[in-house]
Amino acid sequence: MQEFLEFTLGGIAVGMIYAAIALSLVLIWRGTRVLNYSQGGMAMFTTYVAWVVIRDTGSYWAGFAVALAAGLVLGALLEVTVVRPTMGKGPLNSVIVTIGLLILLEGVAGIIYGGQYRSFPASFSIKGLKVGSVALGISTADLFTAAAVLAAALALFLVFEYTSVGLRLRATAFAPGVTRLLGVRIGRVLTLGWALAGLFGALAGVLVTPSTFLYPNSMDSIFVLGFTAAVIGGLDSPVGGVIGGVLLGVVLSYAGGYLGSNLVLVYGLAALALVLMIRPSGLFSSAASRRV
Amino acid sequence: MTLARHVAAALVVAAILVLVSIQLSSYRDYQMAEVAAYVVAVAGLTVLIGLSGQISIGHGAFMAIGGYASALVLLHLGWPLEAVLAVGAVVAALAGAVFGVAAARLRGPYLAGATLMLAVALPTIANQYPKQFGGDQGLSVSITTPAFLGATFPPTRWLAWVTCAAALIALILLANLSRSRVGRSWRAVRDDEVAAALSGLNVARLQILAFVVSAACAGLGGALLAVVTGIVAPGAYTLTLSIALLTAAVLGGLGTLPGALWGSLVLVLVPTYLTNVGTSRGLSSAASSSVPIAAYGVILILVMLAFPAGIQGGLRRFFGPATATPLTALFRRTPGSEHQEEGPS
Repeated sequence: MQEFLEFTLGGIAVGMIYAAIALSLVLIWRGTRVLNYSQGGMAMFTTYVAWVVIRDTGSYWAGFAVALAAGLVLGALLEVTVVRPTMGKGPLNSVIVTIGLLILLEGVAGIIYGGQYRSFPASFSIKGLKVGSVALGISTADLFTAAAVLAAALALFLVFEYTSVGLRLRATAFAPGVTRLLGVRIGRVLTLGWALAGLFGALAGVLVTPSTFLYPNSMDSIFVLGFTAAVIGGLDSPVGGVIGGVLLGVVLSYAGGYLGSNLVLVYGLAALALVLMIRPSGLFSSAASRRV
Repeated sequence: MTLARHVAAALVVAAILVLVSIQLSSYRDYQMAEVAAYVVAVAGLTVLIGLSGQISIGHGAFMAIGGYASALVLLHLGWPLEAVLAVGAVVAALAGAVFGVAAARLRGPYLAGATLMLAVALPTIANQYPKQFGGDQGLSVSITTPAFLGATFPPTRWLAWVTCAAALIALILLANLSRSRVGRSWRAVRDDEVAAALSGLNVARLQILAFVVSAACAGLGGALLAVVTGIVAPGAYTLTLSIALLTAAVLGGLGTLPGALWGSLVLVLVPTYLTNVGTSRGLSSAASSSVPIAAYGVILILVMLAFPAGIQGGLRRFFGPATATPLTALFRRTPGSEHQEEGPS
């Protein structure tokens, strides 16, 4: 019972990270029907930026803020320069280009910062919390992770539902052609979508890296699990992405806890395969119109 | 007729390769063997993406399966080399069949993500079972040069012969397949699934078959590479390998077999060159080993944005007959990719 509680709470904490990655993927997918495979690379890169800032200023929060800002800028920059020209050219094209971005970012990070593993500070204490004598399996840092992702997701929801920018984002995702006819500058809306996605990715990177170390490939496995979470959620639904992330985090935490943690990625692959076999476009996706 | 022409061409190429390999230093022979091993894997990938229209970002995983399967057979059963290589291809083909059945329902980004996951997850199995797979250290693969060549025959030349022979056989088979009924059906499915299904083609079966063929090639390539490098270890089958294969296929020209050769040449020769350039510019060794990785990224982006037909497409434009490139069909908008149609309703 004690173990079960630890695995559950620990799983939810990790799941919030997957949820942040999933949200960043959903943001871009809804607007552009592009799956951004470079999201992990972007998050890794912004975390390096944060690492440099923390090393030079000694302030964790300065690094945290700079990472988020860098995520916004990087997302917008990549959309305008590289992704925009692939729009409307077919799905394979954008897949290959974002894969190219992923490996370009990893290569550039390796050139600038070298390949060695670097430790990255956590937001708060990573000592396990206890209620009375019962260990909870999570720390203050985990609580902050969950709170930060939830707050960001809530903010995103409010922006989407109650602001005119949000209305434009939703309209562009729903019917880009009609939205353009109504006078919305679609290009800017898409750039904004990528910028927001970059922000969520940067948040996930800064929050997860204390437990993985920082190196050019450090986000690969986190990214594929975040992708799995997004697919479980259906790629279309932000709420589904968050639920998918938490669900995956908890399931993998049980699997890792009871069966051994070395094969977590293989369990993740099994989870992805299972979900895709049952529903090829995710559990929470709205009706898709693809034929055959 | 086509088969005879392909076999004749392969024999000529084989003769040239033998003559060339005798002239080359043992290091160049080694590189030749590496190129041949990659050609097989990249050719399989280019057939999958370019002909059947399915993408895989995880072909390194099938190379790992082929490599480990052949290493285990060699180590425990001591089978002859041909059989060892065949085992690598067959085991990877079986894995490809299993994966292909699951993948046949997936499209575009879902399929790409699933293959990506495969590439990242599979090597961790080797670490979980160190007794069977040797853990991080991997397993060593050693073959001996046959006695009739004499004791002084350079081992790398023998490796170059073996790998080039295997690559030529694989290319002949693929070239025939792509001109056969199956190849035409793949193109039909790639260009328009609905129309292909309405014409009586079994879309799912064709897509699974493409995965099987492609995985078999990757497995053979992995087995060859294991024999050439003398080792199979999880560190050799990272995501970077899978993306390097994709880069080679894209750069050479998706769907073209000669393109697989151009791509593989770049894959073997350019990283060494770029790493040296990096070192001579004063980068540390870790930093310079990242230069080729960044270069793969630049290649993928630039080729996709500016020359989607790749090197072979460029060569064809200058030297070949004026034909419509099949890639215009591959990269045009398919009906399913319209935003409006897939939007939430």
